[in-house]
Amino acid sequence: MIPLATYALRLGDDALVLTQRLSEWSSRAPELEEDVALTNIGLDLLGQARVLLSYAGELEGEGRTEDDLAYLRDEREFTNVQLVEQPNGDFGVTIARQLLFSVYQLLVYGDLRASSDPTLAAVAGKAVKEVAYHVDHAEQWTRRLGDGTEESHDRMQAGIDAMWPFVAELFESDDLVAELAAAGVAVDPASVQAEWDRRVDAVLADATLTRPTPTWRARGGRSGVHSEHMGFLLAEMQHLHRSHPGATW
Amino acid sequence: MVTLTLEDVRAAVAAVLDPELPLVTIDELGILRDVSLVDGHAVVTITPTYSGCPAMEAIADDVRAALASVDAEGEVRTALAPAWTTDWISPSGRVKLAEAGIAPPGPAGSSGTVMLDLAVRCPRCGSTATRVVSRFGSTACKALRVCSDCAEPFDEFKPL
Repeated sequence: MIPLATYALRLGDDALVLTQRLSEWSSRAPELEEDVALTNIGLDLLGQARVLLSYAGELEGEGRTEDDLAYLRDEREFTNVQLVEQPNGDFGVTIARQLLFSVYQLLVYGDLRASSDPTLAAVAGKAVKEVAYHVDHAEQWTRRLGDGTEESHDRMQAGIDAMWPFVAELFESDDLVAELAAAGVAVDPASVQAEWDRRVDAVLADATLTRPTPTWRARGGRSGVHSEHMGFLLAEMQHLHRSHPGATW
Repeated sequence: MVTLTLEDVRAAVAAVLDPELPLVTIDELGILRDVSLVDGHAVVTITPTYSGCPAMEAIADDVRAALASVDAEGEVRTALAPAWTTDWISPSGRVKLAEAGIAPPGPAGSSGTVMLDLAVRCPRCGSTATRVVSRFGSTACKALRVCSDCAEPFDEFKPL
C-alpha cells in the first residue's frame, strides 16, 4: 500500500474496531438512553470508517472494497491502536475508553481539516463535528461517575487505570506518518499530545479522579500487533461475511 | 416531444421526502446540494447529515425514482464537503419540524466543535424551561429533551 492508503486505513481501523465494541452495548447498556447513545456513537464511527476504508482501497488500486478490507483481513493486517480493541468491561471502563479516545480523535480530526488531501479534509470536516458530541458524552459521564458515589468513583477510577497503559500508543509517530505530516497531508499524533493532556487532566480533576502512572505500556497496533482480545473481536465481526462470501444486504 | 428543463428536474428532485423525517423534503433539510442538467444528463449531488447516516442509500434511490418520474436520465453523487450543517435547514423545514413536535436546531456555531446549550422551546407548550435527557436520540441527528413545565418528552434536531 502507498503511505497515504496506509494512513487512511489506520484512521479507518480505529473507527471500525471501536464501532464493533460499542455495538456490543446494544440492548445491554445501564439505561435506554445509554443504549441509544453508545450505538449512535458507533454509527458515527462506522460512517467515518466506511469512507476511510473505501478510500484506502481506492488508493491501493487492487480492487479491494470497504467490505473486503473490513471482513477479509486477518488480525496482523489491522492497524488500529490497541485502546479501541479493549473489551467494554463495565460502564466505567467503556466511558474511560471513550474519553481517552474521543479527545484524541477530536484533536486529530480537528487538525486534519487542513490536510492538503481533499478526501481526508472532507472526512475530518464532518467527523470533527460528530466527535465533539462523543467527547461531550464521555466528559459528562466521567464527571458524574467520578464525582458521584464512592462506588461510582472507584469504578470510574478503575476504568481510567485499566485503559491508561494504552494511551502512550495513541501519540506514537513513525516515518510514514512523519513524512505525510511534513507534506501537509497527515496529522502527526505527537503534535496533539500536549492539548490532549490539558483537556483530559481538566476533566479528571473535575471528576476528582487521579491521573494514573502506569508501570507498562502497549505498543504495536499500527504494525498489526494486537492484544489477545483482537482475534475474538474479529471472529465475531467477520464470521458472517466469511461464512457467506459475497453476501450483501 | 417536450424538452426537459433544469427547473423540471430540480422540482422533481427537491420534492423527495427524507425517509426518516417524511414531513420535510431533502431540499428543506439542506441534503440536496446541487442539480445540473447538461445535454439531457442530470447530475444530482446530495450530502449526508452524519457520516454514518443510514438513510443515504434510500435517499439516492428516491432521487433516482424522482428523475425517472420526469423521464430524466441521470445520476446521483454524494459529496462530503462542505460538511452538512443544521444551519442549512430552511425556514419552511423548521416550521414543519416544530409542527411535528421536533424542536428545530439552534445556530450551529462557527467552529462546529463547541458545545452550546441554548434555550430550546418545548414544541407542545412553548416553554423554554427544557433540559437535555440525552445528546443522542432516535436518529443520529436528534437529541432527547424533556419540558420542565409540561413534562412532555420530545426530540430536538441538534445543532451540528
